[in-house]
Amino acid sequence: MLEYLIAGGVMAGIGSALAVALALANKKLYVYEDPRIDQVEGMLPSANCGACGCAGCRAFAEKVVEGALAPGKCTVSAPVGIVAIASFLGVDAGSEERRVARLACAGGAHVAWNRARYAGLETCRAAALIGGGGKGCAWGCLGLGDCERVCDFDAIRMDEHGLPVVTEAKCTACGDCVEVCPKSLFSIHPVSHRLWVACNNMANGDEAEAVCEVACTACGRCVADAPPGLMRMLDNLAVIDYSKNHLATQIPIQRCPTGAILWIDGMKGPVKGPEARRITRKSPLPIEPADLPVLR
Amino acid sequence: MLNGRRFSRGVHPPESKEQTSHLPIRRLPFAPVLIVPLSQHTGAPAVAIVREGQEVVRGEPIAKAGGFVSVPMHAPATGRIEKIALAPSARGDLAKAVYLKPYPSASQEILYGAPQDIEQMTPEQIVHAVQETGVVGLGGAAFPTHIKMKVPEGKKVDTVLVNGCECEPYLTTDHRVMVEQAGEVLHGARIAMKALDARRAIVGVEDNKPDAVEALRTAIGAATDITVEAVPTRYPQGAEKMLIQALFGREVPSGGLPGDIGVAVFNVATLAQIGDLLPRHQGLIERVVTITGPALSKPGNYLTALGTPLRWALEQAGCTDEAASVILGGPMMGSAIGTLDVPITKGVTGILVLARRDVKNHRPIHPCIRCGACVDVCPLYLNPSRLGMLARKERYEEMETEFHLNDCFECGCCSYVCPSRIPLVQYFRISKQMNRERKARERAHSNA
Repeated sequence: MLEYLIAGGVMAGIGSALAVALALANKKLYVYEDPRIDQVEGMLPSANCGACGCAGCRAFAEKVVEGALAPGKCTVSAPVGIVAIASFLGVDAGSEERRVARLACAGGAHVAWNRARYAGLETCRAAALIGGGGKGCAWGCLGLGDCERVCDFDAIRMDEHGLPVVTEAKCTACGDCVEVCPKSLFSIHPVSHRLWVACNNMANGDEAEAVCEVACTACGRCVADAPPGLMRMLDNLAVIDYSKNHLATQIPIQRCPTGAILWIDGMKGPVKGPEARRITRKSPLPIEPADLPVLR
Repeated sequence: MLNGRRFSRGVHPPESKEQTSHLPIRRLPFAPVLIVPLSQHTGAPAVAIVREGQEVVRGEPIAKAGGFVSVPMHAPATGRIEKIALAPSARGDLAKAVYLKPYPSASQEILYGAPQDIEQMTPEQIVHAVQETGVVGLGGAAFPTHIKMKVPEGKKVDTVLVNGCECEPYLTTDHRVMVEQAGEVLHGARIAMKALDARRAIVGVEDNKPDAVEALRTAIGAATDITVEAVPTRYPQGAEKMLIQALFGREVPSGGLPGDIGVAVFNVATLAQIGDLLPRHQGLIERVVTITGPALSKPGNYLTALGTPLRWALEQAGCTDEAASVILGGPMMGSAIGTLDVPITKGVTGILVLARRDVKNHRPIHPCIRCGACVDVCPLYLNPSRLGMLARKERYEEMETEFHLNDCFECGCCSYVCPSRIPLVQYFRISKQMNRERKARERAHSNA
């Protein structure tokens, strides 16, 4: 009987001693954390996309409570959510212009030629490592959908020609597609950048057009028509200086012969100029026998 | 003398060398246009020193080295520079190249160059002269040879190892070079020994090439500084780490170089070129290329001017309608190409043209059954199965830090034996690329 009492007493003694130690430690080592951080985090979309520049929503909430960032920096939240956070913290909501991913290629299977048939792992990364993937244009989209798979927001889908289409309303500008694309065709832009060159082919005129019907042929008409300073030709490509974006109009797209330069309208989507070649073909282009290793 | 043993892993694929191994080296005629890319080697690209429309003589420098880890280029034919423009490369991107139009009557004789006396040169002068020849590793890696001829800081090299294994199926360039140019190989080896102050040279040859061993032994004669060792035929015996293990029973440390254990490894074709070019002070403008495969009517070993487009080379070798896939290099480590406008560069050991019946596309990839076949064959004792699973889950960083991804030299044994046909090497190449890009981003981020 006594053994039981001794054992029980020892255990109770150790237990209460540790409880006191814990209670003291809790007082002594207490770290104050603003309770608002948890609440703000609860109001955020928990997408952890990183588009705001912070490592996840928690880090963003800390910065917002601290006052270092405005709630509007989160481009994923609906405007209602931003206002809710702003009024909860009593700060200005701030506004961040929505940014989206844009693809610098329009060469789907119906307009861009292939030189060779790629057979292997069905990812762009794998294809790009084997002879560039067999596409005629060395810079063009391979169309195997790495960007579609990496997008956490279902904002990218491959169209019937094997070209990714970004749904601007869903895009959070997290930049995952920018990193995954082996041809580096994606970049993040504010939605107000409406004038857009959807081509990355640095070959000259005929060479570019020979591999893709919607390539920039470096004819320079858009540069000639654009307001001074807005555009220039660089490496056989039309380049837009977005620091002068306020000058941008639909004028440069008017005379483009291939439709490589677009006006991205929020409602209608991409608009080509009236002189751009009409593409009526729906089926993919065949692989030219002359390009296959078979010599005839 | 040697305490070597066979390295225990690897595979033994069908050798398929009988198509070309008995054929002597023949010359290809000049193509109508030669395309000489300015970056045919590992390191900084060369810088063009010619203008459009300029006339050049076969053997004349047309580009200078763009740094220490770089080599110059020389005109492969007498003719006129057409343009300096982008040209397709085997990697699939476009790179700057010199387009040279040979004169219709241009001869293959080389008149450029002035003889120099190797005996009188110091090791530094030899390293410089080797750089001037533009020779790079002709076994496929295309690493500038003069850098390997410099003794690494704080190390001592006592053995020059001449790699004549050529373990890749189909390829026979090194084999023919050893049989036909044994004297040049030995001369090149002696130049390397002088530059590195090494006391001996060993030529390692796989035992499926007895005529090469015989030719080298005859050429050596009574000399004792160079010996020839036959090593067992097994893929990838020609990887320098495997050859060192087979001959010396020693392992090159992970992440290290052969210089760490006092060895410098050179390919036989590289040394044959150095032995031939250096005394005459000429540049590398042609190389032996095995053009072979079931879809060719005239396969063989062709001495080809650098810059010859593949289309031309294959026409000369009698490419038939059967051709379905063109691979630069051998079937294990070579890479399929997407266009025939790619020129032959310094690192091209062979062109393999597979016929339609040999190419089986769109075979399904099955899940890993954990049979361990890949683990049994990996010559570097890695775990390809585990690495493959991590790659599928995109855990690239872990592959590098925990599972030594960067030791993998992509020999392809794991993919070769995988019963589920998992393209492991393809996964590893992607993983290495992703890791490189991530590190570059992190560097850019920390600099900003």
